[in-house]
Amino acid sequence: MTAVLDPPAVLTAPTPDRRIKRQRRMAWIAKHSIAIAISVMFVTPVVYLVLLSLMTSDQALTADYWPNSWHPENYVRVFEVTPLPRYLLNTVIYAVSSTVLVLLSSVPAAYALAKLKFRGSNALFLLVICVMMLPPQVVTVPLYLMWANAGLTGSLWPLIVPALFGDAFCIFLLRQFLLTIPSEYLDAARVDGCGEWRTLLRVVLPMARPGIAAAGLFQFFYCWNDYYGPLLYTSENESAWTLSLGLASFHSVHHVDWNLVTAATVLAMAPLIVIFFFAQRAFVQGITLTGFKG
Amino acid sequence: MAAKPWGVRVRRGATTLSFLAPALIGIAVFFLYPLGSAVYFSFTKFDLLSVPQWVGLDNYRRMADDPFLLQSIRNTLWMVVVFVPVRIIGAIGLSMLLTQLRRGAGFFRTLFYLPALVPPVAATIAFVYLLKPGTGPVNHFLATIGIEGPLWFNSPAWAKPSLVLLGLWAIGDLMVIFLAAVLGVPSSLYEAASLDGANAWQRFRSITLPTIQPVVLFAAVTGVIYTLQYFDQAAVAGSIASGQATVGGGISSNFGFPEGSTFTYPLWLYTVGFRYSALGYANALAIGLFVVALGSP
Repeated sequence: MTAVLDPPAVLTAPTPDRRIKRQRRMAWIAKHSIAIAISVMFVTPVVYLVLLSLMTSDQALTADYWPNSWHPENYVRVFEVTPLPRYLLNTVIYAVSSTVLVLLSSVPAAYALAKLKFRGSNALFLLVICVMMLPPQVVTVPLYLMWANAGLTGSLWPLIVPALFGDAFCIFLLRQFLLTIPSEYLDAARVDGCGEWRTLLRVVLPMARPGIAAAGLFQFFYCWNDYYGPLLYTSENESAWTLSLGLASFHSVHHVDWNLVTAATVLAMAPLIVIFFFAQRAFVQGITLTGFKG
Repeated sequence: MAAKPWGVRVRRGATTLSFLAPALIGIAVFFLYPLGSAVYFSFTKFDLLSVPQWVGLDNYRRMADDPFLLQSIRNTLWMVVVFVPVRIIGAIGLSMLLTQLRRGAGFFRTLFYLPALVPPVAATIAFVYLLKPGTGPVNHFLATIGIEGPLWFNSPAWAKPSLVLLGLWAIGDLMVIFLAAVLGVPSSLYEAASLDGANAWQRFRSITLPTIQPVVLFAAVTGVIYTLQYFDQAAVAGSIASGQATVGGGISSNFGFPEGSTFTYPLWLYTVGFRYSALGYANALAIGLFVVALGSP
């Protein structure tokens, strides 16, 4: 990846003399110093959080940043004295099932929007963009009433079931990716007698794997981080809370145990950072894809 | 173009429909239907236990004398005017810096990006702790160099700037988008400008900026849309910061803390609907948000 980042050649004069050379070395040092300083600012909060999670609860209330004694057992204790295992399980159920279902329901729709000609396809795409762009709070109350009437608030169902019916952002992202697949491949499959579904499954899916990976990652991260959805639908029943909701309410229940709160916080972000390092490429590609078309 | 036989057209239509069916149902059930109901509900008055009663334009009239609504509109406008541009400038700055680095650009890019991965709730908790007025490490550090730190999330004046800091920390997504744009600027343009004797700032002003302008526009529009639904960080910051001052009640009992300074529009909407159970009025606020969001791009 570094190759891509090679600077757009700061041009050199044909015969650089000593002064220019020294100037450039100074610039080199300045730029890298700035980069290092910014890195420190970016990383400090996380490092600080980790250090805090290893202190005693008394020391966590002070302004110290280095633990007097190390307490890795905080990470065990947080599982014992809080409902963290429950939150974790709920979050995994929500994130995994929602991601799988969203991909299953969104890929065909994205394919139709990208590669099939039908009347109203532009209008439908516009509608998808509308859904994606509009604040979710606009339709919150009617949706909540719908789930309440079905007797499903206080559970994870209102968060998972909509995934069966596609997600606007996911459809948008996948469509953008599928547009980059040359139609010649599809035409070839059709000439060979493949129906549209077979073309999708046999030809398009294998080629679209990077796009699907990116869309899946985004959906997973979205669900893992989601706070608004769980707050809306599961507040009333603590056994259905996810990590975000549990973390946000720790302060009232365990408001003095900052070491445990931070340990839980570290545990909530650790999986995402691990996943990121394994899937960095798909990720960066996906983000860039969202930025291409305004 | 000769018309295809009727049977073929129906079959093709059915195939297309089979691809789109789940999404069409989803848009109808989870978007169009609730949007329609929201319009209807906005003319009614009810709570979770009562039946909607038609009250005409009462809810819309009520908006005019709702001091918290006015404050939440002002807060959201503040975020649009400060939060969005600051983040765009920060992201452009970081991506320019990354393109200038000869060594370790990939490493720095990953480091700059990492905070964007931290769940918003976790990041907010971390920042409330880092910026704690009394014993927080930031104010502790400021004190050692002789500056008296502000009250950050506990001060009505500093709560929103603290949220901006949080947003700057998690700038990774935007940075990656701008990095792609900046790297897409043809290097021949830079070469030509350098030969003409343009310095770094001139090259940025007259080459980089015009070339990436569509991306800036895109970032501005998505930034405004993001700000209009800004909820999580404001909600968590308010309730956690207040939890330190008073022993907290139930979950998230202190939205808007301190003194309503973190009430964003959607947060106020949520509070009206689900804390005060004024569901009709909440729907009127929702329609207001809908109109603004439609108009913003």
